[in-house]
Amino acid sequence: MLTLENIHAGYGATTILQDVSLHVTAGEVVTIVGANGAGKTTTLRTIAGLIRPSSGKITFEGEDITKLSAHETVELGVTLIPEGRQLFSDMTVLENLLMGSYRKAARAAQHDTLDYVLSLFPRVKERLAQNAGSLSGGEQQMVAIARGMMAKPKLLMFDEPSLGLAPIIVQQVFEVIDTIVKTGATVLIVEQNVFHTLKAADRGYVLENGEIVLTDDAEALLSNDHVRQAYLGI
Amino acid sequence: METFLQVLANGLMLGALFAIVSIGLTLIFGIVKVVNFAHGEFLMIGMYLTFVVTGWLGIHPLYTIVIVAPLLFLAGAATQRFIIQPLMSARDDHIQIFATVGLSTALINLALLIFGADIANTPSGGLRTPVEIGPVRVLSGQLFILIAAIALVIGLRLFLQKTQTGRAIRAVAQNRAAAQLMGINVNRIYVLTFGIGAACVGLAATLIAPLYPTSPNIGTYFVLTAFVVVVLGGLGSIGGAFVGAMVIGLIDSFSGFYIGSDLREVAVFGVFLLILILKPSGLFGKSLNLSHVSP
Repeated sequence: MLTLENIHAGYGATTILQDVSLHVTAGEVVTIVGANGAGKTTTLRTIAGLIRPSSGKITFEGEDITKLSAHETVELGVTLIPEGRQLFSDMTVLENLLMGSYRKAARAAQHDTLDYVLSLFPRVKERLAQNAGSLSGGEQQMVAIARGMMAKPKLLMFDEPSLGLAPIIVQQVFEVIDTIVKTGATVLIVEQNVFHTLKAADRGYVLENGEIVLTDDAEALLSNDHVRQAYLGI
Repeated sequence: METFLQVLANGLMLGALFAIVSIGLTLIFGIVKVVNFAHGEFLMIGMYLTFVVTGWLGIHPLYTIVIVAPLLFLAGAATQRFIIQPLMSARDDHIQIFATVGLSTALINLALLIFGADIANTPSGGLRTPVEIGPVRVLSGQLFILIAAIALVIGLRLFLQKTQTGRAIRAVAQNRAAAQLMGINVNRIYVLTFGIGAACVGLAATLIAPLYPTSPNIGTYFVLTAFVVVVLGGLGSIGGAFVGAMVIGLIDSFSGFYIGSDLREVAVFGVFLLILILKPSGLFGKSLNLSHVSP
């Protein structure tokens, strides 16, 4: 479904990703594991079209999306739930969710999708009329995930969904992601909580200093010595 | 008492005039984050267009709205697409401001070239006829301006709150990167918004042209007050611009009558400074991030 071939990318003159190749097959849950600054967020932002790679090729469903802008990538069905939630804080929760289905393919089914998404997020439903900025961090993350699902994406990307949240809220966020995974969604997830994410994922890539150093089934990575030492602290 | 009411009415009419000129300016600032120093010249172009179209077609000046507003929309959209947008990636945001100053100068000189320095009088179409409302008299054209200003504020508000495109415009203003991640073409939203802002001032021009003589410098006459109104109302706030305009209009009118007409501007700018000292973000402004306009 998604393929990255030999991607080099970064900000300005700073190259962060070095020769990154990875793929995600339809229905898979894939995770990218790595330390802070390894290039996980850069990878997701490059796929989303927020950063244009300096070389390499990205294809989605056979189409070359390397040079597409972010809004064009969204139209094809790739949605990124960004790090730090990035809600429209002066707009209501409902308005945030409606913006999620701005994508043409999602707009016609807006109301059905809304009903479905709200059934997954009863807490969000109680807050529909409130300004998104007035919610707690955990609630905002739920809205951000719900907003991402409103796009009816073919590929859903999560960037650090549990960052900065209290442990009990983190648990709730993971439950929600597990629910989404069970619906058969195709997911690419970057998450500091490596143990939990590998448990939920089918496959994983290990990214170090902008390079993929290891890739395997999630189960195999969980028992891999390097992963256990570097990321699981075992 | 009658005099007081008349001065009050004059202030409201003046306020409505400032409001209708300012709404487009504050919209563009609030969304595109560009201070458009050519705003007054858009008004000037609109007034000349009203003058020309009225003369050519021999129609009532108000009917020219259907021609002038769309033309100004195109002028605004083109300004954003071909002047501002290429400069958006520039390291220094001030370059966009300089570009609009340059556009302003160019348009004034273009008008001088085409129409000369003489004033052009658009037919009043009966809009300078006094109307009596109870004890006060105002011009019918002034009433139209008040009605149009109120309709514009309400219309824009409904558009921004209730339509998908309107929500997209607000989303872009609040979080540009997140808006892109929703599938919103940010550049297109900027072009659209600049066009709408310019169309608003086109509407204003068709209402003002029958009441005021048109000259190449007419824009500068109105736009200084428009900037005061926009800052006073809270940068980017449409309702705030309306209230700010009314405040300025009333101060102008009352100080002109009760203090002395020479001191009107002293009063207006004195109150303006006072409000800014007490509430720097303006009457209805949120504490805006002004990193893009400050050094």
